[in-house]
Amino acid sequence: MNSGSLRRMRGLIRKEMAQVVRDPSSILIAFVLPAVLLFLFGYGVSLDANNVKIAVVLEDASPEAQSLAVAFKNSKYFGTRLGRDRRQFEEDLVAGKLRGMVVVPATFTETLRSDNASTAIQVIADGSEPNTASFVHNYVQGVFGNWLIQQSFDVGRPEAVAPRVAIETRVWFNPELQSRWFLLPGSIAIIMTIIGTLLTALVVAREWARGTMEALMATPIGIVELLVGKLMPYYLLGMGSMAVCVVASVTIFDLPFRGSVFALVFVSSIFLIAMLALGLLISTVSKNQFVASQIALVVGFLPSFLLSGFVFEIGSMPVPIQNLTRIIPARYFVTCLQTIFLAGDIRSVLLSNTAALAIIATVLMVLVARKTNKRLD
Amino acid sequence: MFSRLKALIFKELLAILRDKRSRLLLVVPPLAQMIIFSFAATLEVKNVEIGILNNDRGQASHELAQRFHGAPTFRHITYLGGVEEIAALIDSQKAILVVHIASDFSRKVEAGVPAEVQFILDGRRSNAAQIVQGYAARIVNQFNGTQPVELVPRNWFNPNLSYIWHTVPSLIGILSTLSGLIVTGLSVARERELGTFDQLLVSPLKPFEILLGKTIPSFFLAWAEGLLILGVAIFVFRVPFNGSVLLLIGGLSVFLLAIVGVGLFISALAKTQQQAVLGAFVFMVPAMLMSGFATPVENMPPWLQVVAEGNPLKHFMIIIKGVFLKDMPPALVAANAWPILVIALFTLGGASWLFRSRLE
Repeated sequence: MNSGSLRRMRGLIRKEMAQVVRDPSSILIAFVLPAVLLFLFGYGVSLDANNVKIAVVLEDASPEAQSLAVAFKNSKYFGTRLGRDRRQFEEDLVAGKLRGMVVVPATFTETLRSDNASTAIQVIADGSEPNTASFVHNYVQGVFGNWLIQQSFDVGRPEAVAPRVAIETRVWFNPELQSRWFLLPGSIAIIMTIIGTLLTALVVAREWARGTMEALMATPIGIVELLVGKLMPYYLLGMGSMAVCVVASVTIFDLPFRGSVFALVFVSSIFLIAMLALGLLISTVSKNQFVASQIALVVGFLPSFLLSGFVFEIGSMPVPIQNLTRIIPARYFVTCLQTIFLAGDIRSVLLSNTAALAIIATVLMVLVARKTNKRLD
Repeated sequence: MFSRLKALIFKELLAILRDKRSRLLLVVPPLAQMIIFSFAATLEVKNVEIGILNNDRGQASHELAQRFHGAPTFRHITYLGGVEEIAALIDSQKAILVVHIASDFSRKVEAGVPAEVQFILDGRRSNAAQIVQGYAARIVNQFNGTQPVELVPRNWFNPNLSYIWHTVPSLIGILSTLSGLIVTGLSVARERELGTFDQLLVSPLKPFEILLGKTIPSFFLAWAEGLLILGVAIFVFRVPFNGSVLLLIGGLSVFLLAIVGVGLFISALAKTQQQAVLGAFVFMVPAMLMSGFATPVENMPPWLQVVAEGNPLKHFMIIIKGVFLKDMPPALVAANAWPILVIALFTLGGASWLFRSRLE
């Protein structure tokens, strides 16, 4: 690269920088939006069901049934309402004001002593929220199981339920299984996807719309210089957004940071370059802003939200969709961030995922260069 | 007045529908997203890879390991040779769970002394880890044979806890929000940017008519898209539709009024199309996060749940899932629709006020 090229590039970078600084919306996208989004993701997205609303219907008035009801009342996982008639709660289940109902039938004490004890109580969950429904079943099972053990202690037969094999569980990286620790790194990946594509897609599309892109094309600037010049300011802005996200997660949400800053900067840079290239590609392909914004939404936010493994399990998706997730850059970034934040610099994970990101970034860059080239001649 | 209004509505529809690409973008992405995302949005845990480290050569440990082997949830089991291999397997995410059976396991079981099994889980994926732990604990309990009582789970509205049944109705809400916002949000901003908005202003149209002329076409387009997606949900995905179509369409109409109001509000504020898109986004992301789509609203901190009451999508999600799966009675639909109506009044009122104050 000769000095003329450097000078031209510097000129373009300065022009882009000035444009960024003078346009309040770029600053808004780069610094305010990530902070607001992180806040929303941090508080708004949670899988920790701590106060699931259920109703306990006591059709049996025996002391045992009462004691079981107290056990449900005392569970920190449930917000329990008591009643005598299941019909009074059915409407609330339809309305979504209750997520489950535990029915203690009139035959409760009898069944409990029989061999058929698993029908002693009935659990009905609201299946329209499948994840919460599973929680309801598991927690009810847990409360009921503990209550049974307590009961047999009280009647002095502890050996009846003492297990032959005890389970000792250890959870690495996230001992309390807080869903926030799992969701926040993924949230950062999604926020960065939004910021990266939105920044370039909109800004460059505006240049096409105003005709200033043609003016740029008419200057002696080469295609590589043009791309570097265009991307550099947005890369810096994007890294600024990343810093906002990371600092806020660690300070406000107490997310541990066990990896190295170097690994974080390295992986983020490659991801950001891929995102910026994607934004450039979108805006180059579609000069119309309506189209650009639609495509940015389609290829940016929603797939990264749904197909990145940020909250939904990739392993449980049908195979064609699992394969589709392989072209979503956020998928690799989510894995990297979860590892860097919670586990540390684990090379086997970081290298393979970063390599995939680098491939995507390269392909996108080549596509951008070729598309832009065509417009020059 | 009506002929003027009609002309404006006609022009608006043309502006969007004339461009082939815009036309395509109104129909293809929502359908594609519907199909892909319906299958993707699942919190189920299937096809899990786990590891087993069995330091014991006895009968009992072999039997326990076999039970894991036979479980359908665990697709691939890696057998480890020593404790030092555990970290590598978990770290590299090749297994989400390692079951560690100590060398004295079978001896203890045969002697009737309580034996121990250790589960090591990858907390990076906390939700999956929790669910896998549940599966694995069930296997151990079955091996024990002393599981106190295994309750029979029963689910109303969605007996097999199918995620598709949950996701598809939710996506109707999300995708119609998206199209409603974008179409409305850009309609004014585009004219501003092209300079044609001033022409509208000097025309005999009154501000109120301009507003109506912008609202009606956007509403109509978003409505048509909502119905299209609804049709796909019912006829392609075969999600059971237990409630009344009329109630759902009524709910959709009220909801879209609110969304179009938001779109217009953004339009009135934005000077360029870029700001309009940004505004639409700034509304869309929180609306989606606080709608109960990905994670339930009741898991959020109480103060944020209060904020979520102002989110039209949250209320519409209850209606749409209620009508689809629960055959929600009209009274309950109305109970969830009136907050949307209030929001619609606010957004439409706010937008028209903003419009007028900007015009003067």
